Amino acid sequence: MQNPQLTDDGKLKHLLSIEGLPKKILNQILDTAESFVGVAEREVKKVPLLRGKTVCNLFFENSTRTRTTFEIAAKRLSADVITLNVSTSSQSKGETILDTIDNLTAMHADMFVVRHSQSGAAHMIAKHVAPHIHVINAGDGRHAHPTQGLLDAFTIRRYKPDMHNLRVAIVGDVLHSRVARSEIHALTTLGVPEVRVIAPKTLLPQDVEKLGVHVYHDMREGLKDVDVVMMLRLQNERMAGAMLPSSQEYFKTYGLTQEKLALAKPDAIVLHPGPMNRGVEIDSAVADGTQSVILPQVTYGIAVRMAVMSILAGN
Amino acid sequence: MNLPDAETLFKGLIEQIKPIITADTAIVGIHSGGAWLAERLLAILGGDIENGILDVSFYRDDYNQRGLHNETKPSQIPFDVKDKHILLIDDVFYTGRTIRAAMNELFDYGRPASITLAVLVNRGGRELPIAPQISAFNTELEASKNLQLLRHPDGTFYFTLEENK
Amino acid sequence: MKIHIKNGHLIDPKNSTDAKQDVYIAAGKIVSIGKAPEGFSANQTIDATNLIIIPGLVDLSARLREPGFEHKATLESEMLAAAAGGVTSLACPPDTDPVLDEPGLVEMLKHRAKQLNQAHVYPLGALTHQLEGKEITEMCELNEAGCVGFSQADIAIKDTQVLWRAMQYAATFGFTVWLRPEEPYLSKDGVAHDGEVAARLGLKGIPAVAETLAIASILRIALETGAKVHLCRLSTAEGVDMVRNAKKAGQKVTCDVSANHLHLTDFDIGYFNSNTHLKPPVRSQRDKTALSNGLVDGTIDAICSDHTPVDDDAKLYPFAEAEAGATGLELLLPLTLKWAEDNKLSLSQAVKHITESPANILGIPAGDLSINANADICVFDPKQYWKVEPKALLSQGKNTPFLSLELAGKVKYTFVNGHLVHG
Repeated sequence: MQNPQLTDDGKLKHLLSIEGLPKKILNQILDTAESFVGVAEREVKKVPLLRGKTVCNLFFENSTRTRTTFEIAAKRLSADVITLNVSTSSQSKGETILDTIDNLTAMHADMFVVRHSQSGAAHMIAKHVAPHIHVINAGDGRHAHPTQGLLDAFTIRRYKPDMHNLRVAIVGDVLHSRVARSEIHALTTLGVPEVRVIAPKTLLPQDVEKLGVHVYHDMREGLKDVDVVMMLRLQNERMAGAMLPSSQEYFKTYGLTQEKLALAKPDAIVLHPGPMNRGVEIDSAVADGTQSVILPQVTYGIAVRMAVMSILAGN
Repeated sequence: MNLPDAETLFKGLIEQIKPIITADTAIVGIHSGGAWLAERLLAILGGDIENGILDVSFYRDDYNQRGLHNETKPSQIPFDVKDKHILLIDDVFYTGRTIRAAMNELFDYGRPASITLAVLVNRGGRELPIAPQISAFNTELEASKNLQLLRHPDGTFYFTLEENK
Repeated sequence: MKIHIKNGHLIDPKNSTDAKQDVYIAAGKIVSIGKAPEGFSANQTIDATNLIIIPGLVDLSARLREPGFEHKATLESEMLAAAAGGVTSLACPPDTDPVLDEPGLVEMLKHRAKQLNQAHVYPLGALTHQLEGKEITEMCELNEAGCVGFSQADIAIKDTQVLWRAMQYAATFGFTVWLRPEEPYLSKDGVAHDGEVAARLGLKGIPAVAETLAIASILRIALETGAKVHLCRLSTAEGVDMVRNAKKAGQKVTCDVSANHLHLTDFDIGYFNSNTHLKPPVRSQRDKTALSNGLVDGTIDAICSDHTPVDDDAKLYPFAEAEAGATGLELLLPLTLKWAEDNKLSLSQAVKHITESPANILGIPAGDLSINANADICVFDPKQYWKVEPKALLSQGKNTPFLSLELAGKVKYTFVNGHLVHG
């Protein structure tokens, strides 16, 4: 089965998931992103690569942050940007996803950035679009959020350049998290030798260890001697069912506090994809502390998305 | 054609450049050959001349045909371009398209007082109204030839001349 | 009408026939095997050289989509598909719209099917009103109208008190209760086997325990109430073990597996191929092997097509939202043949699971070619390969996980009651 993200000669055509992408392509994206970091510091914060191209942000699910960073990234590449929140428009009138795509294609969109609440939506769209169009998955259900995985890897690489000598812990709701899946694939592909997941059994998928991670249920044990702590956002609705008893108990057992962080290596860094639930999965003292790289993540997110867009549009 | 000795040409280039250096000069090398030249030039000229490196990948006019190059390097212009006399350095001047891209990129950092282009070899074949003010060697090469500056491990320069694939 | 099928290789598991034998048909019945009856002069002779003659296939689950879902398929289209697949008898689940919970609807369906004069259609009546799992249906009336059993299709009864009562009532009259074992809470919103693939693709899983827990309650209630139970579409290794043990302990229970599940695992979902969205979900390699072994050792009685035509539009959604189901009538024979070949089984062994065994479960006169039996016959070329693609399928449902695969086994002639319906 050929990876639908790649062209026949192995170039990146769409970015749908990190899984199955060769290390070479991940490194190309991260290296290119390095070049884009400086663009934001210039007088003119734009490069002309995507001049005349139209990038369409198609959000079937709301997300202010991701949408904004994609918008900025596209604009810094000089693209024209259309942003559609489809959840509030045509979908309610019975128009299907593919109808929406066809309409936007007729308006000469060159690239789709898609977010959808269903796993596999981006794959379906990529399968459907005309050959010259590129699709970037900006989050599909629980499946993947590849640019987030890449920007996390980029952030880690900036602070800990030797990826082959790292111990990373991902903490929280792995079961529902597309971010966690993309982080796991990015890190294991880039050669991180030990990726741990730390969560109660109710928030871990069946057979998660087959993704190449070590499972811990005790956070103190799992954080021991790690170089990087990646926190996941805990959706409030998880408290409603039988997944977790309360946010208080969650914070006590799996919330990141200074005291728990002290079990990691002294120079360990802390990441969070945002938006944070302070006092639920992370203590403010940690989020705003010296080991936190949460704000740099946001900055690098733009450079990484610029890299992905410019590599795709050129292939 | 006999390849000129790169080191000899480099010495000649230095002599041509020296007189135009002023307090407001900044030296910018174009990745990769121009950056190597600039690096050695700065070491020889001494002092604290402002300098930087440009990788013009994001400004190339063949992006739509060829996509992004696999190895882009960050451009580094760690000084204020505004009102500087920029000495732009490249190894081989050919069509002028790289220089067009480099000038566009420079202007995104600010408005320089002037730009002077210095190259080791002007191989002929320009396609734009752009030419180097300083070149250590002028020749006419067929379009099928690819002239490239390379660097020995000790940092000294040499040329290769190959048929384009 | 007298028909002579000559030079074919006859496989009739019930009569242990596996030899070159001619078949003679008169007035819709088999009148002789091997030798022509005295004074027999055929109106029609079929040359079956290099072909195999088997009893017409009996399919335990084929959705014809009428009434209510004519945009997915019609009786006309699906009966042609059945004929092209060599299927001469089929049971259809009650999840139509309206649901088959009233005698009038069943009579109408039987009548429509009869008019078409193709495969015999055996409706399964709804076990509960509207399949809601609350009130039991008029089973005696429905039985009189033509229902051969009572089913909940894909909708499990949540209230075990209702399940208990429904089985008690069915047992009173000796009706068979057909249930697909799936615990509704554990399987809620699930769309894929709860394992590595679901973990990778971020699909909500249906754990194996959803099936085993349901089997445990169904078998236990069946034992207590004395109800005859047929378990539909087993999918897990543990489920097969439970049925094996129940049968060993002497419990009267039958079960089937869909041809899809004998060939597919969750890895076939690939990159969200919505054609592999099936109910129950395709499971692990270990489960697939256990299903196959269960058939071989007699734990699982029959293979069905689980024919569920879905229109293209309903598949054009992300995996979880795409409607579950695949077309199957025309694939039942080739997939059964492939299963036999993959597992090095004799044709006779395999054919039994799509003829004699399902006919026994339905309690209908079909599935064999004994003298005086209905001349329901399938003649096929075991060596002819054909590519599964929309234009090769007569069913209105063109979606199947096997699209673009080359399968061996092409039906050449299908007879129902001695009447040629395909070929």
